[in-house]
Amino acid sequence: MKEALEPIEDFSLNLAGEKGKEVILAISGRLALENLHRFRSELKKRWTEMYPAKLTVDLAGVDYLDSAGALALVQMESEAQARAVSFSFSNVHEEAQRIMGLIDREALTQPPLIPEKRSISLLEQVGEASQRIFADLVQMLTFLGELLTALFSALWHPRSVRWGDVLFYMKRAGVDGLPIVGLIALLLGLIIAFMSSLQLKQFGANIYVASLLAVAMVEELGPIMTAILVAGRSGSAFAAEIGTMKINEEVDALITMGFDPVRFLAVPKVLAAMIVVPVLTIYAIFSGLLGGLIIGVLGLDLTVYSYVQETKRSIELFSLVSSLIKSVVFAMLLAGIGCQRGFQVQGGAEAVGAATTSAVVAGIFLIIVTDSAFALALHYIR
Amino acid sequence: MPSSDKIPVIEVAGLTARFGDNIVFENVTFQVFKGEILVVLGGSGCGKSTLLKHLIGLYQPYRGRVLIHGVDINTDDDAQLRKLRTGFGVLFQSGALFGSMSLAENLALPLQEYTDLSADIIELIVKMKLGLVNLAGYENHLPEEISGGMKKRAGLARAMALDPTILFFDEPSAGLDPITSVELDNLIKSLNAGMGTTMVVVTHELESIFNIAHRVVMLEKSARGIIAMGDPRDLQQHSRDPRVTNFFNRLPPEAKETRTGNGQKNL
Ligand SMILES: Nc1ncnc2c1ncn2[C@@H]1O[C@H](COP(=O)(O)OP(=O)(O)OP(=O)(O)O)[C@@H](O)[C@H]1O
Ligand SMILES: [Mg+2]
Repeated sequence: MKEALEPIEDFSLNLAGEKGKEVILAISGRLALENLHRFRSELKKRWTEMYPAKLTVDLAGVDYLDSAGALALVQMESEAQARAVSFSFSNVHEEAQRIMGLIDREALTQPPLIPEKRSISLLEQVGEASQRIFADLVQMLTFLGELLTALFSALWHPRSVRWGDVLFYMKRAGVDGLPIVGLIALLLGLIIAFMSSLQLKQFGANIYVASLLAVAMVEELGPIMTAILVAGRSGSAFAAEIGTMKINEEVDALITMGFDPVRFLAVPKVLAAMIVVPVLTIYAIFSGLLGGLIIGVLGLDLTVYSYVQETKRSIELFSLVSSLIKSVVFAMLLAGIGCQRGFQVQGGAEAVGAATTSAVVAGIFLIIVTDSAFALALHYIR
Repeated sequence: MPSSDKIPVIEVAGLTARFGDNIVFENVTFQVFKGEILVVLGGSGCGKSTLLKHLIGLYQPYRGRVLIHGVDINTDDDAQLRKLRTGFGVLFQSGALFGSMSLAENLALPLQEYTDLSADIIELIVKMKLGLVNLAGYENHLPEEISGGMKKRAGLARAMALDPTILFFDEPSAGLDPITSVELDNLIKSLNAGMGTTMVVVTHELESIFNIAHRVVMLEKSARGIIAMGDPRDLQQHSRDPRVTNFFNRLPPEAKETRTGNGQKNL
């Protein structure tokens, strides 16, 4: 419930005259925002009692009037005029007159201006939306092109890269991400090992928990989960950082100083991610396998030695290497999309928020799509 | 005062700016001469910032072109573009300092990028530039640790890092108290006088205009372009265009009957 403002003092209405003929309404007391609602309902009641043909409103007793009160009076006047009642105020104080004079009567009835370009029909909206999606796609591809060019040129001229920044973002995205990546991978390992052990136990195939987990962690879960976590932690941070710089005109400043913002802002972040994400992926794989080992030893009576042996046996070098390559690609995509969404920011603070959200959503989407492509390609290469 | 032999440094020819269906201004043509302070003025929304962004190459012209030292600011030649861009400095409205870097790092950035000076000389230049804008000793402060006026001065120091021949200012006095803004104006004047830097300033502060402008270009929204050009005092006294004289005499665009008068009649 809203708490209404308590009136300090109140108004009173006094009617004199004949019903349906000339009526004088004397208002006295305080007419302000906090009793506006009651004033209007009171007034309506009185109106239906009297139906005057001519109404004079006597304001002699009004000792306080604010702009809301003045609005009520002005509205009363226009309502009376709308009902063809001849209307006048009498005994208006100078102060009340000034306040009522401030109210722009035209502004009350003026329809709102229509901001340019607001589509009306559904069809138009659908068209606009698809145009936007298309433009977005084009922008994304253009940015990807610029980014790749900048990355290649960074390979040719490693001295042109801002390595200080790269190190900074490696720490941010990598070192600072170790605890959460490790924890989640460990839990994931525990859960998968536990769930699969429930099934495999029935067949006395306890030892295969190790190989199941190893294959799952190395080939899919390790790289994907790490990439998704980094997209959430760092992709969004990249978007927010660049977006804020965009709003503060810092990106404009860079351009006018002759710097290429992609090279200056995006390349260090993307490079840092590409270096750090594979390392995090390996770390995640080990944490996950550790989780499996814990279940295997404590829950399935396997020895550490046999669990490790079985794990080693099921990990192929090919899948490990292809996983790492995959994670490098994920890193480029998630960091790239983060930067791109940042560069897209236009307007104010809420655009930065939208960019961070969109960086994470688009990042995860790209990761999943790319992973499917990898799965398909690897199936044929192997 | 600008030298008598007027050498155009910036040439704007037939410039049209357009966002979607919204034509902000069309067919704008003017020149900025070497060593002068040109003020771009006009009411809110007339396209001053848009014009400035066209001059510094942040927006592509819909039609027309902008030449700086005779080179198109939207040239495709990367090397030439870089050369052009390092030849001018821009002071953005908020200062646009890089938030993660100290003032010294902000100033050193263009020097490190475009010169092969050693670190100690760069440090010395940074100290000198900070001194020029009365910020000596603030090298190690972060932008967030200094006030708005100081940020603008630091932004100015950074814009001047490479000793550009042209400086652009977007609303230098916006958001500053009157005294700080006069200080900044005086700084602009003294830099112009001392180094002969050509300056283009967007502002609508009258005091500022009369204080610093050698020449003004006045834009108007409904005219979609320039309605007056020349010496501000001259325009104030001798212009025949009421829109111009109204601006210089601080009158609102079309002086309406005041609301109070209107309202009282109805009572
Ligand atoms: N990026 C943009 N996209 C679309 N329209 C724009 C953009 N920038 C400016 N405009 C439009 O151009 C017009 C001029 O804007 P501009 O910011 O140049 O005005 P201004 O003269 O600088 O005003 P002020 O004194 O209020 O800063 C406005 O109508 C604005 O809506
Ligand atoms: Mg502006």
